[in-house]
Amino acid sequence: MWNPKYESMDREELERLQFLRLKETLERIYQRLPYYKETFHKKGIEPGDIKSLEDISLLPFFTKEDLRKNYPYGLFAAPMSEVVRVHSSSGTTGIPTVVGYTARDIETWSELMARTLVNGGASRDSVIQIAYGYGLFTGGLGAHYGAEKIGATVVPISGGQTIRQVRIMKDFGTTMLACTPSYALYIAETIEEMEINPAELKLKSGVFGAEPWSEGMRQVIESRLQIDAFDIYGLSEVIGPGVSSECAQKNGLHICEDHFIAEIIDPATGDVLSNGTAGELVLTSITKEALPVIRYRTGDITRLDREPCPCGRTHARMEKVSGRSDDMLIIRGVNVFPSQIETILLEIGNTEPHYQIVVDRQGSLDIMEVWVEVSEQMFSDHIRGLESLENAIYSEIENVLGISARVRLVEPKTITRSEGKARRVIDKRTI
Amino acid sequence: MVKQISIFLENKCGRLVDVTRTLGRYNINIRALTIADTSDFGILRLIVDQPDKAVEVLKSEGFMASETEVIAIEVPDQPGGLARVLEYLEEAGINIEYLYSFVEKPEEDALILMRVENIARAVEVFRVNNVKVLEGERLYLL
Repeated sequence: MWNPKYESMDREELERLQFLRLKETLERIYQRLPYYKETFHKKGIEPGDIKSLEDISLLPFFTKEDLRKNYPYGLFAAPMSEVVRVHSSSGTTGIPTVVGYTARDIETWSELMARTLVNGGASRDSVIQIAYGYGLFTGGLGAHYGAEKIGATVVPISGGQTIRQVRIMKDFGTTMLACTPSYALYIAETIEEMEINPAELKLKSGVFGAEPWSEGMRQVIESRLQIDAFDIYGLSEVIGPGVSSECAQKNGLHICEDHFIAEIIDPATGDVLSNGTAGELVLTSITKEALPVIRYRTGDITRLDREPCPCGRTHARMEKVSGRSDDMLIIRGVNVFPSQIETILLEIGNTEPHYQIVVDRQGSLDIMEVWVEVSEQMFSDHIRGLESLENAIYSEIENVLGISARVRLVEPKTITRSEGKARRVIDKRTI
Repeated sequence: MVKQISIFLENKCGRLVDVTRTLGRYNINIRALTIADTSDFGILRLIVDQPDKAVEVLKSEGFMASETEVIAIEVPDQPGGLARVLEYLEEAGINIEYLYSFVEKPEEDALILMRVENIARAVEVFRVNNVKVLEGERLYLL
């Protein structure tokens, strides 16, 4: 345990601390951000109405949409002179979300990632290979700061160059790998192709996140890499990785409740659901300075378990994320909404598109295909015209989403429709 | 001018059969055809005896079909026959997008169908050079 004082804090004491910090956060944003003040007023509420932890359910929800409306810095509750870092996630129809950190936020984040890595077996003797992307994506730098805080040896290799990853893993004596689960699988395949016996490596464990993965996938990664594989969770809007992580029990991810308040709601009604019921995870940050979030709807479906864990941590555990409350897809770690594809097709095809997104996994790599029914407006007698249409769609998807998709023009009425409505997404991945 | 039917077809088994079966069912006779394709899809180009009806029935059966104008010309069926005709277009700077030939021959000459950038100008070039251009009505019934 990295920080036993907080991670195994008596629950009553923890809840008192949560309430205190919640009040501070509410005062902060209410004073500093008119957007919050107005939204609270619309619901007829002010910070003084929050008299207990349970009263959090009186507050309005916030979503990615609120961040976009205030792009880029509109919801920062700290002056820019105190903001030391920004990160950004890819955005729907071109508007990304921007998140900011003060020096203390970076300190908090490092602390959370230190817990996450120690949860996954890291210590100051570890050699941690960070194969999450560095840059605007929170994965790389988030893990980096946590690993340095522990005092481990950091190999900041970032993503890609898989053969080099494996060589470095072997030569540098990497003991822990941090990356997306699908990339871990790809590394495992590369190790096999390079005819290296995983037993020769010093690799003992891995912390994998940024996309959902199943128990089945855990077993495959663990047996092929001969390691312990841990699920870690976070989202940039809330802080990045470090929100929750699995302990050695591998039975739910401990949410760092001294920094976040977690609720589970019915995504349709917004009602708070009781312990153990599956619903959408809603998170409130209670220590963040630059970008506090109040009742932020993650869109992730999970359930909470507040029973004590044999590991000694008292923080609630969330089950491995089992799905989304919206239609967001995660492809190679990138968030993709079908509406983004639809907007692109509408612009290029000049007409309401009939399309289908087919996602599959070939080996360990996610493959996205976009099937588009050829409309009257699109169709011409020229092969070249149709090919340049395909290319235009391909390039625009790459521009907006940052990932490549195979574009296929298909005949009219070939995309199956149920009750007149086309099924937009077919996800064949078994995760 | 000749009306050609262009049909979008995915490269998958049985699609050509579906098109031809549909036309057969409506008693539409195919006079000439050609396919241009890529790895994923192709365009089937047809000359039929009843082009307007063909587009209508194909659309109603769910095919993406449209009419395109092409030029039909008679070319002497002998070595260099086609080359001579094409030279006229080259001299006039008219680009040919594609061409294919008709199976049957009206007389001694071969019958060539072509799609060019500027149809009116190409027809004019042919007239000036005494190349025989066929009207659709004649061609559909050959």
